[in-house]
Amino acid sequence: AYRTDEGQPWVLPVVKKVEQMIANDNSLNHEYLPILGLPEFRANASRIALGDDSPAIKEKRVGSVQSLGGTGALRIGAEFLRRWYNGNNNTATPVYVSAPSWENHNSVFMDAGFKDIRTYHYWDAAKRGLDLQGLLNDMEQAPECSIFILHACAHNPTGTDPTPEQWKQIAAVMKRRSLFPFFDSAYQGFASGSLDKDAWAVRYFVSEGFELFCAQSFSKNFGLYNERVGNLTVVGKDADNVQRVLSQMEKIVRTTWSNPPSQGARIVATTLSSPQLFDEWKGNVKTMADRVLLMRSELRSRLEALGTPGTWNHITEQIGMFSFTGLNPKQVEYMVKEKHIYLMASGRINMCGLTTKNLDYVAKSIHEAVTKIQ
Amino acid sequence: SSWWSHVEMGPPDPILGVTEAYKRDTNSKKMNLGVGAYRDDNGKPYVLNCVRKAEAMIASKKMDKEYLPIGGLADFTRASAELALGENSEAFKSGRYVTVQGISGTGSLRIGANFLQRFFKASRDVYLPKPSWGNHTPIFRDAGMQLQAYRYYDPKTCSLDFSGAMDDISKIPEKSIILLHACAHNPTGVDPRQEQWKELAATVKKRNLLVYFDMAYQGFASGDINRDAWAVRYFIEQGINIVLSQSFAKNMGLYGERAGAFTVICSDADEAKRVESQLKILIRPMYSNPPVNGARIASMILNTPDLRKEWLTEVKGMADRIISMRTQLVSNLKKEGSSRNWQHITDQIGMFCFTGLKPEQVERLIKEFSVYMTKDGRISVAGVTSGNVGYLAHAIHQVTK
Repeated sequence: AYRTDEGQPWVLPVVKKVEQMIANDNSLNHEYLPILGLPEFRANASRIALGDDSPAIKEKRVGSVQSLGGTGALRIGAEFLRRWYNGNNNTATPVYVSAPSWENHNSVFMDAGFKDIRTYHYWDAAKRGLDLQGLLNDMEQAPECSIFILHACAHNPTGTDPTPEQWKQIAAVMKRRSLFPFFDSAYQGFASGSLDKDAWAVRYFVSEGFELFCAQSFSKNFGLYNERVGNLTVVGKDADNVQRVLSQMEKIVRTTWSNPPSQGARIVATTLSSPQLFDEWKGNVKTMADRVLLMRSELRSRLEALGTPGTWNHITEQIGMFSFTGLNPKQVEYMVKEKHIYLMASGRINMCGLTTKNLDYVAKSIHEAVTKIQ
Repeated sequence: SSWWSHVEMGPPDPILGVTEAYKRDTNSKKMNLGVGAYRDDNGKPYVLNCVRKAEAMIASKKMDKEYLPIGGLADFTRASAELALGENSEAFKSGRYVTVQGISGTGSLRIGANFLQRFFKASRDVYLPKPSWGNHTPIFRDAGMQLQAYRYYDPKTCSLDFSGAMDDISKIPEKSIILLHACAHNPTGVDPRQEQWKELAATVKKRNLLVYFDMAYQGFASGDINRDAWAVRYFIEQGINIVLSQSFAKNMGLYGERAGAFTVICSDADEAKRVESQLKILIRPMYSNPPVNGARIASMILNTPDLRKEWLTEVKGMADRIISMRTQLVSNLKKEGSSRNWQHITDQIGMFCFTGLKPEQVERLIKEFSVYMTKDGRISVAGVTSGNVGYLAHAIHQVTK
């Protein structure tokens, strides 16, 4: 979760404003939302992902399912794919998850019934970057119709994203081999500070004519973590296909949570449908993204100034909340035990935990860990 | 070509279809009796005063929006358990239970269904009363369970077929799962009397069945939360370690906020901890952690003495209005000159009433009178007001005389 420079959670100012508006609106009540969610939320959420000028939206071949966070969107998508993709109830369809990935990806698809969950090469520990060749090889070798979970931006946990050119190569292979793209978009806007930039990959795939799913989370970019605001965007060949898909997703939703929670969706819908509030929100998002970018550059410059062995450009080349520092498990143990700095055994740090007050300490501690422990 | 060419159009939801048709109708006298949500005497949704107060209190605290734990808001789950079990419950006081927050009733039922699928190895069979809430079957099926039924409703008397139920239940294979509606049976409104509950408890105990209670209307049925939870508490006192799904959609009017809970009564606190760990493993790949808003409101109400008192009064108010509409409907039917026995309308309890109307009669009600209900003759009494009860009685009499 995001933290301010004081190390505190941050409720976005625009969210506070909109919550007050909702509280003052006596015409509102707590009635059930439709099964697929609040219409104004669904349309706006998909529009954010695909862009105002998206041809898919114009051609009415986009569907949306309001979901309980990004996880809920992934689960509804996974349940639908298991029932209807690549045949009927084909639990043998391979599902590819990046190595490494958010660990819950595996569980979501497993619990949805898929029996063959594999990894695709992603992180190159030696060069501390994307193993593009390994990734493309895995796609060439994957059985046709395999499902690939792609991180739309700010890859979790490595912070390493393909460049636009690399995305183009990925898309070309996927198209040729009939692989299904399931995007996980949990950080749109939060990664670079620009909604459009962070949605580039998803939009590129749409422009290349793919049918795809995109699980969106508004937990981070709206700071609405505990309200569980998410959206599953479905892009299909035409309106008729999308309509049938949504009718089946409705059945899945009905036995999972019946209908989604209204509070968070209302906040997002109100914000996105008002030009003024929308601008305010974009400003709030940029505030968060900029602070993280600042912490990245400050940490890197300190490490380089200290002469910490190794190269540290990956700290600023990586993007989003997390960074794969490259620290090995022993070095991590040193950080935790001796310096009381908590990071994952994988060497992943949460950049949001850095503040102007602790940058020096963290940099010095990394320096010690790297020089003392091999 | 599309990946989805072979995907069939899903059938329209039977209950939503009623509301869709109602919305299209231009008759000024139209009535929507399909709606499963409470309406006040003006036919409007009702936001409870205690809910508004709780919301104001919550807003003033300026809390953050950090993720809840996977199992939900602790103050909420503890208060939910206490509400269902009773503060003097040995099971509650000893801590030999686990309660996790669920996405209202449906989400709680689903967590329970998935848990049973994974950990209740003795049987795949879930026995539902005939009839039951339409969504029970697909929930358990999607969780990987099989559905069976026991006799429950007697259409000849519009009341409980107790001997049929006892006969069927006494033959259920041991260690099967039986689902019971704690109060205000949906869709029939027919509940067992306390004496009948005692016999049911003895039988399920003898057959060593796993009991799954669905309690979606505590407080809303009789107006008294303790009375409505009587069966749940009695079973536990008899040493039956039940599992329980609760919803706060109706009794707190929190429909769209999705406040609910799933509880497992265990042998001891240690078992409860182990069960809790497995429930979290089920929840995490479903939606990670639950939504805060409804749970915070419910928790504020249950844990603030003044608000709790006010809530109990408001719940009773809603229940009383429903009961009064039942009474008025029967008296209006008599006034219309109907000679049929309508006693079941006042005998039945809760939001719904199984009128006993046949599909052809229902169709006439819809077409000729713009009175909308589901084909099985179920009406939501919550949709009846003092302003339209006369019209409803008139319409029903016309199609049944």
